Amino acid sequence: MKPGHGEVLIAEGDVELPQDEARLVAEFRHQLDAGLWAAVPLAHADGHREAVMVHTFTEIPRDAERVIFFPRAAGG
Amino acid sequence: MILALSVSALVALALVFDLVAPRARETWARHRARRRIISEPVLDPGQERRAEQTARELLRSCVGEEEWAMYRELGFIRVWGSDTTMRSGGAEHAYLIYPHKPIIAYAPLTGKLLGEYCVEFPDDTRPYGSSRLPDSDDVLAKWMALTGDERRLLATANLHMPGRQVDAAVVTRDLWRLSRWEQARMRDIASALDARPQ
Repeated sequence: MKPGHGEVLIAEGDVELPQDEARLVAEFRHQLDAGLWAAVPLAHADGHREAVMVHTFTEIPRDAERVIFFPRAAGG
Repeated sequence: MILALSVSALVALALVFDLVAPRARETWARHRARRRIISEPVLDPGQERRAEQTARELLRSCVGEEEWAMYRELGFIRVWGSDTTMRSGGAEHAYLIYPHKPIIAYAPLTGKLLGEYCVEFPDDTRPYGSSRLPDSDDVLAKWMALTGDERRLLATANLHMPGRQVDAAVVTRDLWRLSRWEQARMRDIASALDARPQ
């Protein structure tokens, strides 16, 4: 998420392919190092939706379709 | 004689130069400033609107169908709190998420407003001259942070009494609108089930 843009695609790939995975891991670290938070939106079988905040690449469910990065929260 | 006149002339020239030079420099600077091309950022009036449209699509793809309808029709999303007790038989508290307003905490059983959690998601890189996310991105960020790590978000936010930034009467009215909206929705679902062929 970016002001003035909305959703911006940062990287995409197949985690089953080593080259893709290395690139995705590098981009994931880059975004977190830049101070962003990362979340994976999940849809359960009963229709319930929620997000999981992830702090390391290994926390991302292998079947996750996407990881959303957004600015970290600050007291308003 | 000639030497004395020359020295006098030089001194006079130096004095005149001291008087004239600052004014000349100032005049020249003003002249250059008028000619300098000041690059102004090119404002695209449609960019914010397009960003909001993109953000709405992203929000729609992440939250449930009910939450999306709630946001589209009422302008906010209700998120249940994670604390559930036997006494209440459900969530002890819930939140209303408005775009670019504090998160409102309330007691679902009584409708009592509990507090305002003031939180924002500023992008300090300011890629578009503003650190504000589009409205729907702000709502999605709050929704993800609340459902993903409620305690962390609330610990980050500044807690204030109800009514500090968002008019308590407006929130109370929104809760009433929400209850009406849910009743109508339940009726629609029941009607659809009744109309389904056996």
